[in-house]
Amino acid sequence: MSGGRSAMLRRVRAALADVPADERPDDVPVPRTYRRSHAGEDVVGLFADRLADYGAHVSRTSDPATAIAAAVTRRSVGSLIVPDGLPIGWLRPGPWRVLRDDPPLPVAALDGASGVLSTAVAGIAVTGTLVLDAGPGQGRRALTLLPDYHLCVVPAARIVGDVPEVLARLAPDAPLTFVSGPSATSDIELDRVEGVHGPRVLEVIIVDDGKEPPA
Amino acid sequence: MNTPHDSVVWLGVPAFPEAARSALADTRLRANLRKATGTIREKRLAATGELDDWEELRAAGAAIKRRVLRHLDRYLEQLEESVLRAGGTVHWAADAAEANRIVTGLVTATGEREVVKVKSMATQEIGLNEALAAAGISACETDLAELIVQLAGDRPSHILVPAIHRGRAEIRELFRRRMGDRGRPAPHGLSDDPADLAEAARLHLRDKFLRAKVAVSGANFACADTGTIGVVESEGNGRMCLTLPDTLITVMGIEKVLPSFADLEVFLQLLPRSSTGERMNPYTSMWTGPVAGDGPRSFHLVLLDNGRTATLSDPVGRQALACIRCSACLNVCPVYERTGGHAYGSVYPGPIGAVLTPQLMGVGQASSLPFASTLCGACYDACPVKIDIPEVLVHLRAAEVDAGRGVLPKPEALAMKAAAGLLGSPRRLAAAQRAVAMTGRVLARRGSIGRLPGPLARWSATRDTPAPPPESFRAWWRRTHTGTSAAEADR
Ligand code: SF4
Repeated sequence: MSGGRSAMLRRVRAALADVPADERPDDVPVPRTYRRSHAGEDVVGLFADRLADYGAHVSRTSDPATAIAAAVTRRSVGSLIVPDGLPIGWLRPGPWRVLRDDPPLPVAALDGASGVLSTAVAGIAVTGTLVLDAGPGQGRRALTLLPDYHLCVVPAARIVGDVPEVLARLAPDAPLTFVSGPSATSDIELDRVEGVHGPRVLEVIIVDDGKEPPA
Repeated sequence: MNTPHDSVVWLGVPAFPEAARSALADTRLRANLRKATGTIREKRLAATGELDDWEELRAAGAAIKRRVLRHLDRYLEQLEESVLRAGGTVHWAADAAEANRIVTGLVTATGEREVVKVKSMATQEIGLNEALAAAGISACETDLAELIVQLAGDRPSHILVPAIHRGRAEIRELFRRRMGDRGRPAPHGLSDDPADLAEAARLHLRDKFLRAKVAVSGANFACADTGTIGVVESEGNGRMCLTLPDTLITVMGIEKVLPSFADLEVFLQLLPRSSTGERMNPYTSMWTGPVAGDGPRSFHLVLLDNGRTATLSDPVGRQALACIRCSACLNVCPVYERTGGHAYGSVYPGPIGAVLTPQLMGVGQASSLPFASTLCGACYDACPVKIDIPEVLVHLRAAEVDAGRGVLPKPEALAMKAAAGLLGSPRRLAAAQRAVAMTGRVLARRGSIGRLPGPLARWSATRDTPAPPPESFRAWWRRTHTGTSAAEADR
């Protein structure tokens, strides 16, 4: 079979001989009668419940600095990766070593860190999903992937109801990661095991101040 | 290691009736399968039942796919343009050999000898691992189930849980004996607790992820308007492969393109709920070309035809290309539940495999696949993109019957035509199938039939088509499946 771009496109066109030449893509109707959101009134409460369903540790606070310090202390975190752009004041000094990604940390250092603290660009209530876009307070993707403990602090104002709403807000030119609970597998006799390659512990703190955090 | 050759159709695997017979005798396999399909089925029902507009979402998903397929040329050109704009490179591969040549060339150019892989049906379909091995490059599967299958020198048996045919004790033995050959050995005193086994895989693969310079992935979606590619997964091995290496090569069937990024709002609801029965799978990664300072520095997208344009050319069979590989149709299929995936002898098992494999290949044991169904319709009801699998099955069966017509003497031709019109009736269908089997065998020369006329011509132009199976699936089922009444088998 002859390869190459034009030959393949030619075969595609030949295969579509039954499609009228003047038909345009928009002439094929797509019914968009589905809901924009399945969330009710209490979007933040739903987000917390749905995340907890996945086995994530979820708490709500209006005092992120205290909640973060308590979480990191409880986990006995020795070294914590902190991406650029996290709100000043979120992380108090403590008995943990702070690793900044400037200059970029080698993978061995990321692998050796006991945890990472990040925020998320958005949350999806119905699916209990955190959305990371490598923006401020999140850093490049590897930072929130290699450490075994991911502490994600999300301002309540960034939580939307459902998948269609969040996609409308996102800029696809940034690398996007949707995180819905800790990594998991059911590959062995369908027994669910939490924590394969991604962080085995996902902890989420929802900041209930109704405002965006100061950058 | 002597790994069997993976391709759409596994050469050397017996045709469905024979393969299914031995699968049915394997009680462990049947017990595992029943548990697996039953559990996933219940989860899926709960997850889909939660959305009161599930039918509307299905309708939208089906319509978007229909739009894409009817205008595939345009969307592929747009996708290419978008990926190029984002800094990626696009390659076009007409068939498995060309795709393998492209990927092997790209890996060789990096100077690397090892690649990490994210579970991808497209690369299984083309037998990429074997092609890389032939070029001295080892491909490491990183999905837990795929790793199990790879260590065993085995074949996947389910789209979603490919190692469902293996028990925990077997997996422990496999890890103990084989992991050391491919890198970090299994920890001493490994138990058969799934958590311990997963931990062993984590340690084994972590070494590889940290060193990996080249990754090969598949894709669940590609957005034509933005050039964004999406991979949906659970374990995090996908994120590792998509993030840590310098070079990322994604092999994607041309039918995976979506018109726009916004269309993901439909598929990111349909896929996880249909597939694993979750509201959302643990990880979904989306990227638009390489990003400075974050992840791979170079990104290659290989667009794969390999029988897809042939499938596209059949206006009825075309809909099989809408498949988003959720595996819901496998889990509801009474035939699949009893025989397992291996009996289908293909990368694509179950109801979707029964319609996709013969269309992609049209040769080999695939000729018995359209008959590997009771036409009960459960697959259609379960399919999130509303592929009418029974319709395509009947269509493919009729095509086989039609194919005989042109070369048959007149009375037989009339009989065939009559049979083709009766395929909707199970009892008469059974009679028709027996007739096809008999006449087909009369026609067969040295076990194969020459070039077929009519719609099957493209299937047989380059290869001989094997004779229809001597025993239809239904006849076999009736004869061998004890405990099933004739009425049930005829459903
Ligand atoms: S045919 Fe439908 S149900 Fe079956 S795997 Fe494909 S999308 Fe899922």
